[in-house]
Amino acid sequence: MDVFLMFVKAFAVGGGICLIGQIIINYTHLTNGKILVLFLIAGAVLEGFGLYGKLVEFAGAGASVPISGFGYALVRGAVTAAKQDGVYGALTGGLAACATGVSIAIVSGYLVAVLFRPRTKKK
Amino acid sequence: MEASKEITRENYKAYVFEKMPKSSHWKNMIWAFVIGGTICVIGQAFIYLYSLWFNAQDASVLASATLVFIAAMMTGFGVYDVIGRFAGAGSTIPITGFSNAVVSPALEFRAEGYVYGVGAKMFLVAGPVIVNGVTISVIVALLTLLFGG
Repeated sequence: MDVFLMFVKAFAVGGGICLIGQIIINYTHLTNGKILVLFLIAGAVLEGFGLYGKLVEFAGAGASVPISGFGYALVRGAVTAAKQDGVYGALTGGLAACATGVSIAIVSGYLVAVLFRPRTKKK
Repeated sequence: MEASKEITRENYKAYVFEKMPKSSHWKNMIWAFVIGGTICVIGQAFIYLYSLWFNAQDASVLASATLVFIAAMMTGFGVYDVIGRFAGAGSTIPITGFSNAVVSPALEFRAEGYVYGVGAKMFLVAGPVIVNGVTISVIVALLTLLFGG
């Protein structure tokens, strides 16, 4: 039952974050890149105030999978490492925390570029 | 806008908006919610799966990494862009959208070679995300050190 409830929360919060994004797109016609950066910054700033972590605790993947969760992971990594190693940690912690995601995106991007042929976009 | 009116830099944007196909706001909001929510549910399923072998935090990181990999492959097969056409922000905002933003230009610009094509264009969207993210994380961490957060 706990597991089921967690799925419901992940769906509601994750869907809700995307819904906010869609509303912003509908009214401002921002491009995808700007939307990604906007939500990344939102997640990072919220975690700066210690808020986003609470959302992750509540909704799990519903909060960590959206790009705002990426911003949260960066800030949390940097802050945690800074508390341990000072300025050195502040500089290394963020990238270290999201290294897995970035590396796999780069490697699979390269792999796909080598293995696949670009498709002509059907309109 | 009338055809006789001169098109300037300023009114061109308004002109384009006017001519854009009016997709129903309600419809794409619902799609964004449903697809975005579904991607997060799949992520949660991977978190539970990886929790069998890893601690909670590693499981969460690995779940996101798995989604990134799946989305990269779907981009290669041209499936992700089909979903993106109706899911809008529902496919952009999850980490899978980040993956799509890395893989899609890498694939598209492979004709320009592996250095300036794949290697450089890969970061068209990912670059701004990483640059902004890292900068903010360092600033917040330094502020935390200064004020003891």
